[in-house]
Amino acid sequence: MPMTITEKIFARAAGKKTVEPGDLVNAKIDMIMCHDVTTPPAISMLKQHDIDRVFDREKIAVTPDHFQPAKDIKSAELHKRLDTWAREKGIRYYYPIGKAGVCHALLPEQGHIRPGEVIVGGDSHTCTYGAFAAFSTGIGSTDLAAAIATGQLWFRVPESMKFTLNGRLPVGVYSKDVVLEAIRRIGTDGALYKAIEYVGPALKDMSMEARMTITNMAIEAGGKNAIIGFDETTRRYLLGRLKGKQDYTVFESDPDAKYCFEDTIDCDKLEPLVAYPHLPSNGRPISECAGEAMDQCYIGSCTNGRIEDYRIAASVMKGKQVRIRTLIVPATPTVWRQANDEGLLNIFYDAGCVISAPTCGACLGGFMGVLAAGEKCVSTTNRNFVGRMGHPTSEVYLCNPATAAASAVEGKLADPRKHL
Amino acid sequence: MSKAHVYKRDHVNTDEIIPARYLNTDDGAELATHCLEDLDTEFVKTVQPGDVIVAGDDFGCGSSREHAVWAIQGARVGAVIAHSFARIFYRNCIDNGFYPIELPGAVDKIHDGDEVEVDYKQGVIHNKTQNKNIPFKPLPDFALEIINDGGLLEHIKKC
Ligand code: SF4
Repeated sequence: MPMTITEKIFARAAGKKTVEPGDLVNAKIDMIMCHDVTTPPAISMLKQHDIDRVFDREKIAVTPDHFQPAKDIKSAELHKRLDTWAREKGIRYYYPIGKAGVCHALLPEQGHIRPGEVIVGGDSHTCTYGAFAAFSTGIGSTDLAAAIATGQLWFRVPESMKFTLNGRLPVGVYSKDVVLEAIRRIGTDGALYKAIEYVGPALKDMSMEARMTITNMAIEAGGKNAIIGFDETTRRYLLGRLKGKQDYTVFESDPDAKYCFEDTIDCDKLEPLVAYPHLPSNGRPISECAGEAMDQCYIGSCTNGRIEDYRIAASVMKGKQVRIRTLIVPATPTVWRQANDEGLLNIFYDAGCVISAPTCGACLGGFMGVLAAGEKCVSTTNRNFVGRMGHPTSEVYLCNPATAAASAVEGKLADPRKHL
Repeated sequence: MSKAHVYKRDHVNTDEIIPARYLNTDDGAELATHCLEDLDTEFVKTVQPGDVIVAGDDFGCGSSREHAVWAIQGARVGAVIAHSFARIFYRNCIDNGFYPIELPGAVDKIHDGDEVEVDYKQGVIHNKTQNKNIPFKPLPDFALEIINDGGLLEHIKKC
């Protein structure tokens, strides 16, 4: 029976020859991602239920990120619970402050994501790891507790949708625009319960960082997971990076595998997009919205807080001044260090930006740049729901890092192409 | 008497159900004091134990924060009835032994302030105000088992 990559991964994880969409399977979990918001409750639940065990201390990666460094006493308590547990259980891959970073940037960067595996995390953007031809999805705290204790979870095998990415991305247009276009087309629940597979020649030119921006936002279309096939770029990224087990299984979708939806995006024809409040599906071409005044610019997050994103933003800001408050929030310590070594942080400093430690921070309205009533923020993050970055009447405009940087320089939504 | 709080819209998201600024705690009673705060500031002032929330498609979309379910349970809401649910929220409900009721057209069948009673066994919502019985699709058996065990962790303890 022909199968998609997602189906093949489930078949392997469930110890079956074949599976099909709709099947309920009990899958073995290969890696679990834990952070400071959803894991402490999971730990408490396990204690309460007297199932205080860990299925495999080598298959769990832990990092505080949402409120780190602790923003207040309560978040410090969350960190303390996480820290105590990780040390008590001897969790092998624990990234305390100093090593900690935004989870979905940190795990791939530190070599915890292997193709063909089943990865879950207590965070909706866990779908990011699908860029590595792995199945990954977000779960809540109870599922997380169950996964930590048993190393297994039930899943309904999702139907797959397919987007073919043709052509090449023009100057000033990035993978963020591709995913905003996909969500614009299918809507924020267009992929509900489904897998979104991306294929096509345009992927060839995209780095792993760029691909992760695409898979990161599967949940913004309601998707269960997103997945991109393995290729030479994947292989090179993983080389010398993987921690622990070095081998992995590469699955490919069969040519006659079934998809419940197919669409094609011609990358040549894309423009930089800006997703207007309050849904990620409200994408508008920059040519139609340039000029809208902004109060803040945020460049960071698990969507666009990697080194490539800061290179892009710096190329726009070099030698210029920002007109609105602009936050540069590198997603991991390694990204911070690299941006520093490459002189990017100096460019941002000279342009008048503020540079923060790695954190989720204002991406979820936690701290480090929350918005006042009525304020507007142009942001490289993934969500622009009501109140996402602060006051319920504040607004978030999602875009690629070049558009964000150009908008910071002009103080209003701006076309990055004239700055590149 | 269980009253319906109807939100005639789709995509009521987890940021609205429990804003991230309150995620520094996982205490249900505390979360409950901010339940639906960014959607309807009146909700916590008027909600009574057993009341139901009714909404359109894709209820609970966004983050995986189970805090959204805990806030609703903490506010002692009796049920959430929606046209459809976002995947992670749906799963989180079941994991907590809270039955998510999928009912296409719910916002037209139940009006704000209607008195309703849910019969989970029969799979029927009694709309007492309109004097109507509205059937809904029961959950699959494995999900019912988890709910009847009182949530996923109780369930896996048994397995
Ligand atoms: S950066 Fe934002 S979207 Fe990503 S994990 Fe952190 S809070 Fe969530």
